[in-house]
Amino acid sequence: MSGDGEAGLRLELSPAQREARQRCRDFVAEHVAPHAAGWDRAAQLPDAAIAELRRRGYLGAHLARELGGGGVDPITYGLLTEEIGRGCSSLRSLLTVHDMVGEAVRRWGGARLKAEALPGLARGERLAALALSEPDAGSDAASVETAAERDGDGWVLSGRKRWITFGMSADLFLVLARCGGQLAAFLVPAAAPGLGREPIAGVVGTRAARLAEVTLDRCRVPAHHLVGRVGFGLSHVFSTALDHGRYSVAWGAVGIAQACVDACLGYTASRRQFGRPLAGHQLVQRKLTEMIVNTRAARLLCLRAGYQRAQGAPDAATETLIAKYFASRTATRAANDAVQLHGANGLSQDYPVERYLRDARVTEIIEGSTQIQQIAIASCPPGEL
Amino acid sequence: MNDVQSRIKSFLSRFFRQHDLQSDEDIFALGFVNSLLAMQLVTFVEKEFGITIEDEDLDLANFRTLAAIDALVERKRAPRAAAGAGAGAGGAAAG
Repeated sequence: MSGDGEAGLRLELSPAQREARQRCRDFVAEHVAPHAAGWDRAAQLPDAAIAELRRRGYLGAHLARELGGGGVDPITYGLLTEEIGRGCSSLRSLLTVHDMVGEAVRRWGGARLKAEALPGLARGERLAALALSEPDAGSDAASVETAAERDGDGWVLSGRKRWITFGMSADLFLVLARCGGQLAAFLVPAAAPGLGREPIAGVVGTRAARLAEVTLDRCRVPAHHLVGRVGFGLSHVFSTALDHGRYSVAWGAVGIAQACVDACLGYTASRRQFGRPLAGHQLVQRKLTEMIVNTRAARLLCLRAGYQRAQGAPDAATETLIAKYFASRTATRAANDAVQLHGANGLSQDYPVERYLRDARVTEIIEGSTQIQQIAIASCPPGEL
Repeated sequence: MNDVQSRIKSFLSRFFRQHDLQSDEDIFALGFVNSLLAMQLVTFVEKEFGITIEDEDLDLANFRTLAAIDALVERKRAPRAAAGAGAGAGGAAAG
């Protein structure tokens, strides 16, 4: 115990944080959740949904108000992400990739690039996507083959990027490329000559996330579109983006898990078998309890990571890794159990839990797969709490 | 080893277990520094010494040894120290 009478650790939300969460929850309940199944089936998020996110300041919410962003603290940002993820993972994934790019440019872009790009990103007027994965480069990000070469007063990029979330809608791409033997990051406008994109159809999860394959055919960008310096594209620029992405995905996964809890508490209370509600059966109660407790634990890890991020603590990146690792696995388990508790109904599109399961699987693959995180966490354990 | 280097060494020692890091030892050559630790090191240096690492500071030579990071910290602090001295009573800005 501390000697001055203070309890020390506090994990209570401020009134402003609760208020921001409630506003977002109301928005999701009215404008997102009722439509998410339809968007998923159509594999298309309507422009109106993106416009609504923009109008409400949810795109670029973490960027400073002076830039036109929302200026929200990391915990509020997480709470908003959970609420949107609870309603629709495809919509949440737009926030994830857009803000990953905004964060990387804010942190490592040069003054001119920041002045040009950040206000539009902060207000959500220009959408951004992360162009990292390639047909032959996934978890092994350092093996990308997209090439960048210096050409007079600019850079010329050539290569192919795959699985680009919201790649069909982005106005700007953050591209990881090989520059000689080193890696470098570039902000590439979608309108740059030589940039092409094709939709990727038939994906299992976050189906409305407008996935694209992006082709760069001697695509030219000005010199100041290099983000950071050559040699630091992955270790610092994309690492910054991925760190932000993991924080976002962690909270989004908590949202999926909470949606599973909500769906299952409702379903097991009303569905009757063997003469009583499902919730009256002990094996059902066991699954519900696991789901409730793990969702709560995942949220606490996210809050811990958010607190560390707000403090600028060196361990924030590791805490974020841990939160993402646990939350994404929790979402998958919760959704798997949710389908099981719904029985045959759980396999039907008439109920949301099959979508939760498909979307949860995505969170274990993006922004560092579960297996890559198992390696990373063991090699960089956080300090004592 | 001065105070700045000792504080950086103390932070890195969590990751460089069983290794007594020396002032001029190449931390990248030791094989412990992955991109996660590279980012954490930047965050640590910024918070611990009240500086901001910017894009033009991204040079492996600035982070290769404890002595190099010490020199970077010194350089980043110098302009503010000079500005603080020039402002007379505004010395608090030199922190």
